[in-house]
Amino acid sequence: MIHTIAFYLFAAMVIASAMMVIFARNPVHSVMWLILSFFNAAGLMVLVGAEFIAMLLVIVYVGAVAVLFLFVVMMLDIDYAEMRAGFMRNMPLGLLIALILLAEIVLGIGAYRTGAIELGTPDGTGAAPLGASNIEAIGSLMFTRYVFLFEAAGIILLVAMIGAIVLTHLGSGPARGQQNVSRQNRRRPEEATRNVTPEIGKGIEL
Amino acid sequence: MTEFFQSLGMTYEWAWFVATIAGILLIALPLMLAVAMIIYVDRKVWAAINLRRGPNVVGPFGLLQSFADGLKVFLQETIIPSAANKGLFLIAPIITFTVALIAWAVIPFNSGAVLADINVGLLYIFAVSSLGVYGVVISGWASNSKYPFFSSMRAAAQMISYEVSIGFIIVCVVLWADSFHLNTIIEAQRGHGLGFINGFIANPLLFPLFFMFFISALAETQRVPFDLTEAESELVAGYQTEYSSMSFALFWLGEYANILLMCALTAILFFGGWLPPFDWEPLYLVPGFVWFFLKIFFFFFCFSWVMATVPRYRYDQLMRLGWKVFLPLSLLFVAVISGWLMFTRYGGVA
Repeated sequence: MIHTIAFYLFAAMVIASAMMVIFARNPVHSVMWLILSFFNAAGLMVLVGAEFIAMLLVIVYVGAVAVLFLFVVMMLDIDYAEMRAGFMRNMPLGLLIALILLAEIVLGIGAYRTGAIELGTPDGTGAAPLGASNIEAIGSLMFTRYVFLFEAAGIILLVAMIGAIVLTHLGSGPARGQQNVSRQNRRRPEEATRNVTPEIGKGIEL
Repeated sequence: MTEFFQSLGMTYEWAWFVATIAGILLIALPLMLAVAMIIYVDRKVWAAINLRRGPNVVGPFGLLQSFADGLKVFLQETIIPSAANKGLFLIAPIITFTVALIAWAVIPFNSGAVLADINVGLLYIFAVSSLGVYGVVISGWASNSKYPFFSSMRAAAQMISYEVSIGFIIVCVVLWADSFHLNTIIEAQRGHGLGFINGFIANPLLFPLFFMFFISALAETQRVPFDLTEAESELVAGYQTEYSSMSFALFWLGEYANILLMCALTAILFFGGWLPPFDWEPLYLVPGFVWFFLKIFFFFFCFSWVMATVPRYRYDQLMRLGWKVFLPLSLLFVAVISGWLMFTRYGGVA
């Protein structure tokens, strides 16, 4: 009973807040709605018993990715009217992408139903071992069967990260305003200050 | 607690519902009281180190000072700047406060005395504490004012940076305890050091991590010396500048509830939570929650001690410490500890 109510609550909230992401006038509000929909998606994950994925969703998407979104959107000076203007022009493309995504989901569910994916079948055979916790089940799959895919994903991320760092430093010349920390730490009062007793009415030479 | 309500003649669902509500109240109300008193403690410790008297007028020894302050802000008018984004402006302090409270749902106060005994308790705390940044960022933006905005920019960068190292430190502890479940982590610390010290602190490999965790906790809760988000000399009062009355008080309460949470987390991860400090029979006569509160109080004293002692960091120093010192160090510890466990516990290379 409460399970059903919770499911429909979370599902309705995901869809409603996802709609609001698009319809909100202010981009910052859009990001806030996006965060709400992430949250409710995490709630759905908890409902199907994937609490580890739910926590990761909150940590990674809400705690880090959405903060960066918010960061960028807040700093941008966006002309809302101009942003609205492109709506009708971009509509066909958006619909096309939505259709492709829908087709992919249908295809995925269809393949799952026919048992073409060996990960888990609808009747439960080949699913993760019962009794093992989420983390153990994911870990035992990720580090045995999918270890190469897992490491490939890691390497792709590493390359992306290095690429971003390289692009940031490209062509900016020597970095300005850089602090030499060890020099700052080595500095002692004796080298930085001096005691003088200037004559009256003379002042000191700097 | 559900069984108790069931014995009063309720059905299981109602008993569960009432027990959960009672549990929430049982945690949240004492927590609010603790926050009020801990603010008093904070001011007293700070005053003592500065050779001042501190609050000593309201009530015996000034004990009621926080309540007087609370009443004062309660009676004030909530001022909303006309240029502010009203909805978000009002939601921001609520987010800070709520997020600070919900993390306490998984904190075990004694063996079994926990509201939500979930498997991924530590991840839950990590997830919730990573949400704390939203209250600050939204308030800074919604105020539509320069200083709060600077402050929220600083807060976002600062909290994300230190979460990374906190995450790696948590991974180390989890590797050693072999669980994300908070009570299991505490149990794993029983007699950990030389057979009688309860706590990972006695472990030479985890000992340095305690200091990194403590410093990261200071940065995560924006306490001195990392209180750049509310640096009075630069940003007036940071993201709280435009807030008044209860919305300001909610920030305040949330901030201190977060500090208590970080103290509790330090106690759980490194000092054996509700276990007594030594694995010695007579010490177990004292109930677990007393040990837990004593530990929280001790770490809070350390927080105040630091606040009264050290000057504020520069922002570039803060970022350097986070990314160039703590991140590589904690990553190194993850590698070292997992390697050590691989060789000692899991019998070398498989």
